Amino acid sequence: MTTITVLDSYRNEKPYPFCPGCGHGPVLDKLNAALVTLEADPSEVVIVSDIGCAGLSDQYFATSAFHGLHGRSITYATGIKLARPELTVIVIMGDGGTGIGGTHLINAARRNVGITVLVLNNLNFGMTGGQHSTTTPEGSITSTTPLGNPEHPLDICATVGVNGAAYVYRGTSFDDELADQMVDAIRQPGFALLDVWDLCTAYFVPKNKIGKKGLEETIGELGLTKGVLYRRDVPEYAATYRDAAAGMGERQPARTIPVEFDSDLDRTFSVIVAGSAGAKVRSATRLYAEAAIRSGLWATLRGDYPVTVKSGHSVSSVVLSPEETPLGSVAAPDILVIASADGLPKVSGLLDQMGPEGIVVTIPEFTDLETRAELVVIDPAAWSGRIPKAQLALMLLTVAAQLKDVFALDALRAAAAGPFASGNLNAIEAGVALASVQPGRAPA
Amino acid sequence: MREFIDGATAIVRGALDAGCTFFAGYPITPASGILMQMMRELPKTGGVAVQGEDEIASIGMCIGATLSGARSMTATSGPGISLYSENIGLAIMGEVPLVIVDVQRLGPSTGAATTVAQGDIQFVRWGTAGGYPIIALAPSTLPEAYHLTAKAFQLAERFRCPVFVMTDKELAMSLTTVDPSSFVLPHLENRPLAAEGAPYRYDPADQVFPMHEYGRGRTVRFTGSTHDEDALITKDTPTIDALNRHLIAKIEDHRDEIEMVDLNAEAGANTLVVGYGITARAVRNSVALARQAGRPLSSAIVQSLWPIPETALGKAFAEADRIIVPELNPGLYRREIERIAGGREVVGIERIDGNLISAEQILEVVG
Repeated sequence: MTTITVLDSYRNEKPYPFCPGCGHGPVLDKLNAALVTLEADPSEVVIVSDIGCAGLSDQYFATSAFHGLHGRSITYATGIKLARPELTVIVIMGDGGTGIGGTHLINAARRNVGITVLVLNNLNFGMTGGQHSTTTPEGSITSTTPLGNPEHPLDICATVGVNGAAYVYRGTSFDDELADQMVDAIRQPGFALLDVWDLCTAYFVPKNKIGKKGLEETIGELGLTKGVLYRRDVPEYAATYRDAAAGMGERQPARTIPVEFDSDLDRTFSVIVAGSAGAKVRSATRLYAEAAIRSGLWATLRGDYPVTVKSGHSVSSVVLSPEETPLGSVAAPDILVIASADGLPKVSGLLDQMGPEGIVVTIPEFTDLETRAELVVIDPAAWSGRIPKAQLALMLLTVAAQLKDVFALDALRAAAAGPFASGNLNAIEAGVALASVQPGRAPA
Repeated sequence: MREFIDGATAIVRGALDAGCTFFAGYPITPASGILMQMMRELPKTGGVAVQGEDEIASIGMCIGATLSGARSMTATSGPGISLYSENIGLAIMGEVPLVIVDVQRLGPSTGAATTVAQGDIQFVRWGTAGGYPIIALAPSTLPEAYHLTAKAFQLAERFRCPVFVMTDKELAMSLTTVDPSSFVLPHLENRPLAAEGAPYRYDPADQVFPMHEYGRGRTVRFTGSTHDEDALITKDTPTIDALNRHLIAKIEDHRDEIEMVDLNAEAGANTLVVGYGITARAVRNSVALARQAGRPLSSAIVQSLWPIPETALGKAFAEADRIIVPELNPGLYRREIERIAGGREVVGIERIDGNLISAEQILEVVG
């Protein structure tokens, strides 16, 4: 049985550092009262403080604490909660933090990570000289809005509320029920936020002649309401994640490739396949490389493609070698396959560099290509079956693999016998058939 | 048996085998393969993987998770490292073990997402305010990617600091044949946990004290602000000095535990080629070709980029009167080599057009 140490007070002995009349101290006293009510184990409570006057808060509590970067407190709290869901994680941030870290506020609410965010919203930057924040009311005077704030203030509660937060409350530091609301918020399984408005007596109060009554009135004038604004029974993210993960099974095992064929290759050999993105250029080249690996060779496959996925070019280059580290670089490939007009411009420079010992395998569209290499034009229409666009590269590669054979065709067939086997085997058989009708060439 | 896998797979496997339990990242080419594999594989091991709303959130979650007992990793590319910057400082200041994989792509700015580069070498070293040290490793093969990723976890725990794994588009995304038996784990130890005392200790300056984690029966304070040993914000000058000197000494005074250089020295070779990462493949190749041609040539492949492995490189330099440094950037590591070369001639081969440096290109300079 675990012994839980419950404290009479979760404050330490240090007095708050806040200005006289500042609302932060009274709100933190309410948080202390809430923790007393919750009978929390102080080592199981992590107060994650943001930056600014609100960011000083953690130093006055006898709980665990994390004091990080401005606006990012919610990200640390999320990591703490996800790694240890049993911890009570409370973020204390100012209105400044809700501005610079706005995206984290929205996304934590949307995910419903089980943290409680307490916003000490004093309508300006109190620590850095009274500049306006995202919650400064329109027209208010601050050190950076001497003519009156021209910006519309952020509605923190609505922002997290419409994005799925489990619990949202707005109030002021003067609310009697604030400690009870905090208890309520901390007990809520999902994301909870308390937007607590208070007075900055150093800057906002003197510049705007505002007091307790004015603070309450401002909320009304902005068309905002106090109280619990959202309360939803939603699943908590860390718990949901663990439930989902429980059914995921074992780590994916390594997919090993057996060496079951032979190859006579005694030098570095390279193949480049150029075609259209989305037309399985890389898949075809990968099969070719795996066939080589099945034949005891070592292969490296590089891809070149634009940032788009199914448009533009796709060029795959494979280097085969009898040794683990291929010796020397490849200036011109032994085999160049050109499967589409998208791919041609990316490899046209190679046509000049290739010598008579190389072959270029392509489709009738490119019959007029100029190269010293042997040009082999394959007409897919000459085959009795159908060759979809996605099988064209593999069909042409199969032709090339027979004209420049470094491994047995059966190695290619074996490599193809996985996912998408029927389509791949169709392309290979088409390539075998079409290579055999090459004038003056006999298939390997 | 062989495998045909990309570097992202080797990195993820190394991380999982080293005990990684938390990953957060944001999609970015060419690092997304690591994110996707982590999202798929990490929950199966009892860990947690999250796609953050941005890079800042991702590294922030990692730091929080580490303090809650996780072994955390994130992965991105240059633009993401920019967004990590402030939190890298937090991890240094708060002494948080953290593995950061940088899959480099061509910059500056958005640059070319699907194009290789090695342009972040100095960036990760000096990428946050203050100039305090980090550790950076650079694999050049898939077995090294596996081993050094696991090693990064070991070093992150040992020195309680961010450790970078510097890789690139070609290593992470190209498929390479590997023999599964070539994947070898480094020696790994469980994280020592402090049961008592202050969360930070600065004396002796070079000593790394065990970490305090949340929820282990005692309260724990953590802060990114300049702090005393109780993690309370301080303006006390001697304390500030002790803290900051500790952050330097704990790494700089233990270089010998971090230095990794693969030296291939040949008697009579007066030229040494120093390479790292993807470029090391061409370096090794150039040495083999030169020797085939009867030309003596030595190479030193730097696997630990930061701190600069000065002792190991000093030994490598001993026989050389000329050092060639090929890299896919405007000579970023060459300046470090020049600094420690003791007046030897240092020649850079700098390629910034998105293509790899070839062995032949190195041999042209070797002459």
